[in-house]
Amino acid sequence: MPRMILACTVNDEPVEALIQPYQTLLDVLRDTIGLTGTKEGCGTGDCGACTVHLDGQPVCSCLVLAMQARGRAVRTIEGLAEGDALHPLQDAFVRFGAAQCGFCIPGVLMSAAALLAENPSPTEEEIRYGIAGNLCRCTGYTKMVDAISEVAGAAGGKA
Amino acid sequence: MTVATPKMLGQPIKRREDPRLITGSSTYVDDLQLPGLAHLIFVRSPHGHARVNGIDTAAALGVPGVLAVLTAKDLEGSTTGPLPYEFAFDPFSDVKNMERGPLATDKVRYVGDPVAAVIAETRYAARDAAALVEVDYEPLPAAVVDPEAGLAPGAPLLYEEFGTNLGHTQDRKVGDPDAAFANAERVVKLRVVNQRVFAVAMETRGCVTDWRPGRPGDSGELTMWSSTQIPHGLKTKLAVLLGVPENKVRVIAPEVGGGFGNKVDVSPEETLAAIAAMRLSRPVKWSETRSENFQAAMQGRGQVDIVEAAITGDGRVTAIHVDAICDIGGYYQYLSPLMGMLTGMMMPGPYDIPNIHFTLKGVLTNKTPVGAYRGAGRPEATYLLECLMDKIGHELGKDPAEIRRINFIPPEKFPYSNGLGANYDTGEYVKALDKALEVSGYRQLREEQQTARAQGKLMGIGLAAYVEICGFGPWESATVRVEPSGKVMVHTGTSPHGQGTETSMAQIVADSLGVGIDDIVVLHGDTAMTQSGIGTFGSRSAAVGGGAMVMAVDQVRDKAVRIAAHLLEAAPDDVERSNGTFAVRGAAGKAVTLGEIAAAAYGGNVPTGDEPGLESTRFFKPDDSVFPFGVHVAVVDIDPDTGRVTLRRFIAVDDVGNVINPLLLDGQRHGGIVQGVAQALCEEVVYDESGQLVSGTLNDYSVPTAHMMPMFELDRTVTTTDRNPLGVKGVGEAGTIGSTPTLRSAVVDALLPLGIQDFDMPATSVRVWKAIRAASGSNGQA
Ligand code: FES
Ligand code: FES
Repeated sequence: MPRMILACTVNDEPVEALIQPYQTLLDVLRDTIGLTGTKEGCGTGDCGACTVHLDGQPVCSCLVLAMQARGRAVRTIEGLAEGDALHPLQDAFVRFGAAQCGFCIPGVLMSAAALLAENPSPTEEEIRYGIAGNLCRCTGYTKMVDAISEVAGAAGGKA
Repeated sequence: MTVATPKMLGQPIKRREDPRLITGSSTYVDDLQLPGLAHLIFVRSPHGHARVNGIDTAAALGVPGVLAVLTAKDLEGSTTGPLPYEFAFDPFSDVKNMERGPLATDKVRYVGDPVAAVIAETRYAARDAAALVEVDYEPLPAAVVDPEAGLAPGAPLLYEEFGTNLGHTQDRKVGDPDAAFANAERVVKLRVVNQRVFAVAMETRGCVTDWRPGRPGDSGELTMWSSTQIPHGLKTKLAVLLGVPENKVRVIAPEVGGGFGNKVDVSPEETLAAIAAMRLSRPVKWSETRSENFQAAMQGRGQVDIVEAAITGDGRVTAIHVDAICDIGGYYQYLSPLMGMLTGMMMPGPYDIPNIHFTLKGVLTNKTPVGAYRGAGRPEATYLLECLMDKIGHELGKDPAEIRRINFIPPEKFPYSNGLGANYDTGEYVKALDKALEVSGYRQLREEQQTARAQGKLMGIGLAAYVEICGFGPWESATVRVEPSGKVMVHTGTSPHGQGTETSMAQIVADSLGVGIDDIVVLHGDTAMTQSGIGTFGSRSAAVGGGAMVMAVDQVRDKAVRIAAHLLEAAPDDVERSNGTFAVRGAAGKAVTLGEIAAAAYGGNVPTGDEPGLESTRFFKPDDSVFPFGVHVAVVDIDPDTGRVTLRRFIAVDDVGNVINPLLLDGQRHGGIVQGVAQALCEEVVYDESGQLVSGTLNDYSVPTAHMMPMFELDRTVTTTDRNPLGVKGVGEAGTIGSTPTLRSAVVDALLPLGIQDFDMPATSVRVWKAIRAASGSNGQA
């Protein structure tokens, strides 16, 4: 198949890549662009490990063809922190010990960041539903929910 | 010596692993790229049971970019013997001898059985080509799916040469069970099914294998990065299997995305990947897809238990008879034979049962082989015992807590040998029970339940006690090295994959040397870098690995004290650690830092009798295992119209001995509880009668998500052990072992008013709804 040029921004940097039209955004991020922080847990949209932001919206990058990102803004876990300053969620995940094996964590953080961007003061239930598309086999979700709740409380004030 | 720096042990120190994990900058196997990397895809059987009459690889070989297509025929001579499986450490005399290679030969025995391997320049080409491999299957009728049916005369045979599907047996007796049953006031019987479950580590299996061909007079070198829990064991076994000298084999477990026992394996896939790299002299990557993981990664549990107990009129168990039927799958794979054996070893659980008869039948079935899964054999023992305790309570009309209380092994009987090879160290089971009742507000819950029942509501309170054997040896290792600058480098022979062992080991070292935790780096999982080790499984890292770490660091500390005394011209007994220095007691200003000591050590300025350098490698062999225990309580509500079970509260009182880091501890408990709860509520591997895997995707297999779980209420008692230097017992599996029977107990308790006493997991809405309909006399078949 003739290859195509994908031009978009990834973590605010312009990117141009020569790719196959059948490649997923996940594969292009990992294999072509070399950003391996985004993980593949299933490849079928069931686990959320591959969650990235496309124009600010959380998507399963395993279900998005890379060419669908043409001209759009992609943000991955590598672009969640601002320079050396961790995103408040990343900081909270460390303080609460929310991660274990870490494999699901990039996806969970991207989902949680998208949730807080849309709803700065979610309830515990809204948080649980907000990350319900992200499977974690290690943690039982408890500390993640605690960590996200704390950040939401600090960011959203008394909503 | 006095310790003046704040103690790290016991503190909720932040995980040292996290900075790389939360930024996505860690390296898991699939993140690795090597120059010239080729990709490996397996062709797997779509049949549960079929003869393989031929394989045509011509079309696959014609796909551009394909480098090789391998079948069993091509592998002749590639290995020195069959794939290894372990049964050596138990008196099984009759485990069948199985000559399995990495690819199926004349027959396939489960859906997912690998029959061919395609290696290509890209994953895409390999996948396209794999679809073109033509396998001539002759499906065999009536696959063996139900292990009990597999034992029936005339059942189809997986291995004609064995003449039976019975793979192995065990028959063990303690005391005089026959006499106890003859004299029993009452006999209680039940049959419980411990269904198969998937481990579902979020990172599937995979490996990257690199082969540097040999030169005349020199063997080639094999390096494998694998998502494994046992890099050292894998190295040894691969070396033997491939005929490569062990000192030319290096296995690296990079960041590993969860294991749960599933990655304690020397798998056909890893073996084949190594062979492929050796054949092609190119690095080869195998990344398992999720659907392959469901089909071919070892599954957990799979046991049917037929239970009889002799009891006294007040509910004391005087004897127990258990026939365990273990669903092994199509092959023995690494630890498969051991699972049922561990059940037998823990048969009496926390109860003082003097007479025991345990039999085991390991049955070969047309399913994926079983292996270790969080608890491995001990959850099965606990589950059947707790179902039994509930049943005794129901039959005698007694509170389940009280039935357990009168059966517990009393504290004065420890150390307690259960007659089956387990020698319990310490236990205060009544204490844990009382705490669980108190923390849960058990009495109020029962009152609330009465009111709820009066209103026709189905509220259930479940309770289960457990004791587990863990901290298996035979040994573990540690190296502590103070670098010339005073920074500390530590190697552990364990191979963590989420446990936070880098943090807990650093805490141990920080306390002994009096250095800051940030000055310590903990490495693991690289056989070329680390001294030999065993790995991470069976809740052993703290108990056994921690013991080795204590021995190594204390030896380094003692030497540091001697060097400090030498530098300060004092007696070693007068040197104490204070504020990060080694100082002479009572002599203000006479102190040296660890950096100064290290500089002297590597400068050769050491006292007579000491060698230069400042490092120690030690191996710790515990005398025996350790036995954590606990009591869990769950509260559920069941919707009588839909059968939906809602987990309202979960209370866990665990006793894991001393605690190194409560942050890590609670994380292990949360995760363990959810996995155990999931088996009771929603997870089940389903095969149809032809051996087809029905639950083979994340859509068909219900792994709990965040909105399905409540917050957990955790409490502890502390009963230490003298079987390791830290007095720790291990926590990795405790949550899972306790929570499954607790949930099942709660579900049955909720359904009791309907006359339901027996219920097999998982308590999905459909199954509960059917049970309710059946009990209320209406047609349960929707
Ligand atoms: S990898 Fe995309 S949802 Fe699982
Ligand atoms: S931390 Fe391991 S899967 Fe979430």
